Amino acid sequence: MAIPSALVTLLIGMALTLAGLWVGHNVRLLPVEASANAPVYDALFEVLFSIGTILFLGIVGLLLYSLVRFRRRPGDSGDGQAIEGNLPLEIVWTAIPAVVVLFVGIYSYDIYERMGGMASFHDHSVHDQSAMAAMVQEASLIQQVSADPDGQERIWGGIGQSNAAAAVLPIEVTAMQFAFIFHYPDSGITAGELHVPLGQSVQLRMEAKDVIHAFWVPQFRLKQDVIPGQPTLLTFTPTRPGTYPIVCAELCGPYHGGMRSNVVVHEPDGFDAWLQSNRPAQVAQAPAAPFS
Amino acid sequence: MTVANPAELEQSLQPQGWLKYLSFSLDHKVIGIQYLVCGFLFYFIGGALAGVIRTELASPLSDFVSRDTYNEVLTLHGTIMIFLWIVPVVNGAFGNYLIPFYVGARDMAFPRLNAVAFWLIPPAGILLISSYFIAGAASQSGWTAYPPLSLTTPAAGQIVWILSVLLLGGSSIFGGINFIATVLKLRRPGLKMMQLPMFCWAMLGTSILVVLSTPVLAGTLILLSFDIIAHTGFFNPALGGNVVVYQHLFWFYSHPAVYIMVLPAFGLVSEILPVHARKPLFGYTTMVYSIMAIVVLGLIVWAHHMFTSGTPPWMRLFFTIATSFIAVPTGIKFFNWLATLWGGKIALNSAVLFSCAFIFNFVFGGITGVALAQVPFDIHVHDTYFVVAHFHYIVYGGSVFVIFASLYHWYPKFTGRLLNEDLGRLHFLLTFIGFNLCFAPQHWLGLNGMPRRVAEYDPAFTTWNQVSSVGALLMAISTLPLVINVVLTAVSGPLAGDNPWRALTPEWLTTSPPPVENWAGEAPLVTEPYGYGEHTSAKDLGGLSGRDLWSTGKS
Repeated sequence: MAIPSALVTLLIGMALTLAGLWVGHNVRLLPVEASANAPVYDALFEVLFSIGTILFLGIVGLLLYSLVRFRRRPGDSGDGQAIEGNLPLEIVWTAIPAVVVLFVGIYSYDIYERMGGMASFHDHSVHDQSAMAAMVQEASLIQQVSADPDGQERIWGGIGQSNAAAAVLPIEVTAMQFAFIFHYPDSGITAGELHVPLGQSVQLRMEAKDVIHAFWVPQFRLKQDVIPGQPTLLTFTPTRPGTYPIVCAELCGPYHGGMRSNVVVHEPDGFDAWLQSNRPAQVAQAPAAPFS
Repeated sequence: MTVANPAELEQSLQPQGWLKYLSFSLDHKVIGIQYLVCGFLFYFIGGALAGVIRTELASPLSDFVSRDTYNEVLTLHGTIMIFLWIVPVVNGAFGNYLIPFYVGARDMAFPRLNAVAFWLIPPAGILLISSYFIAGAASQSGWTAYPPLSLTTPAAGQIVWILSVLLLGGSSIFGGINFIATVLKLRRPGLKMMQLPMFCWAMLGTSILVVLSTPVLAGTLILLSFDIIAHTGFFNPALGGNVVVYQHLFWFYSHPAVYIMVLPAFGLVSEILPVHARKPLFGYTTMVYSIMAIVVLGLIVWAHHMFTSGTPPWMRLFFTIATSFIAVPTGIKFFNWLATLWGGKIALNSAVLFSCAFIFNFVFGGITGVALAQVPFDIHVHDTYFVVAHFHYIVYGGSVFVIFASLYHWYPKFTGRLLNEDLGRLHFLLTFIGFNLCFAPQHWLGLNGMPRRVAEYDPAFTTWNQVSSVGALLMAISTLPLVINVVLTAVSGPLAGDNPWRALTPEWLTTSPPPVENWAGEAPLVTEPYGYGEHTSAKDLGGLSGRDLWSTGKS
């Protein structure tokens, strides 16, 4: 029976780690992956889920064990051990969370960069004639870019790759109570649903008409607030054909729950067909709100 | 130091008996009870509002209340639970009742300010709730009141909301100043800071946060009210204002507000566990430093609520790192509590069960919190039910569970009678199961696409929403054994004696309930508030393996 406690601790720790890794790898909590962003996100999720499971099971196991093992037996009115502290132990359980948190932080920084989060810091100043003076000032303060005489607008950075400017499909998004409107500046199409081609980088330039909304596609793992007075950018590459919900995620009024639309990811041929059939010459009327 | 004698009290204008609880009493114990009872009344109102929300969400359609009403209900629910229930109870109720005992004083530093602070709360609460009936429409913009939505929803309700929150913020600041002064200046001569019970440190840290951050909220809300009444343009983009600035200012208070709600709870748990485990609080010094670290870090993490707003990337990264690091001092506290339990002789009564459930819930909420601090993770789940689940694990699973634990622990002190254990354990079981049934499924809902604050949702989410609503129903039912227990015990419960838990902290070294100036004679000097435990072994824990420790525990 004389198993050294160090060995028991080691075995329990290994079992916990394996259990956490198994849970993180096998328990699927997320919806399907439909953008280039989603697998990266899910990799981060798996790491966080595994670490979280290990910590939670470990701490709760310790708690339950203590409650059972050290419960007061009937008739016993004595005291426990007078142990007031233990410095090496304190150092260990300060260091472990610090290391875990540092690792998670560095890893999520890496994920963030792979998602293109840092790119927006450098690239998201686009040329726009209707720039507001305040925006220029913001730009010069935050980006150390001198106020461009042509008017350089500070676009509050969203997330997404914005490297290959030529290949990007630009779409203007207007959010209002309680609908999204999508305008394709290249083809002049205006629609209440977002149609995008598979595998092509899409850049949404979003602005709200009235209050703050948020553009969220759970299957893309992307969300960006749509803010009145401050255009925001969101770039993504759809990787899975299908129809996915666009959800407003910022309380915007009574019909907030109904402010939904769809994003349709077409095969490239299908997208061209959609473009052809929706040229403004044929569809001249105002866009229908998807829900009201 | 004289003690008030009964003859003097006869001449006092203050009412005696139960009427004193409705008076402008200056006694910190009366004020503490006033906070507690007032807080519970608002808890029941806020809970009923939560019931409306869960009933609406039992079906995917908006079919129970109108959409405007739904937004009013969720706004009032959040505002009441934060500003009228948790903040006043963990700070005002237990802070006022316990802090003067712990520092060896006969009252708070500013008794009159204390009474004013309490008496701001009932009018503010009544004002807030009556806005639903009088102003025609209560605030509909959520407890966050983000402009421009708060500028475009019915103005009267929004203004009443602002007034009410300003009054409550004022009350909170008065209380904070009082706690700081009492802990720093009213300590009994000979009592050193590092000899104070942990709850004093928790209240000191909390009060520093209150005093530093609440004025920012007050200023912000005054600017917001200017935007609404005087049509200024601070936060109105149509007039050149900036809506994101409001969010920075708002969260500069409202993130520390989370610590204003949980730090006192940390302090209360640190008082409860050693008494019932019959062991000293483990790692007193590191507990103190970790509270102060949480206070400092808590002030520089606010923008993690804004990762999907227009924030520059460097800012997102800074706030990710700062937020993640709060896990370190918080982790220290949890490991210290576990070490306090380890090797003790734990009485598994209601107070301990609620305290340990607090550890369970808060660790879960803390882990999802570290995940939420990561920008890429947050970008998917921000403003979804995942966040709703996370913060209910923190403020309900954390603070509210501790309020219940504290009620079972200190009720004998308040009334001289012991609460019934069977009803207490029933209350615990219903609350624990109901709470986890209600909020655990919401993590999945958020990950899969259900945003928060909606009255209608994708029918694919119906099942788990119904499970969540059943959990909410259990939580509602769980208040019945609590109320029955508290009322029956007050009338005919078994007498507790002065110190039923054999505790060493100074509030137990007097009669239960205590006399007006706390002690009949001089205040006791308690330099070892956690001096429990048998010094059977002079050996240090570090030199022992776990198995050795268990065997010495047996002997």
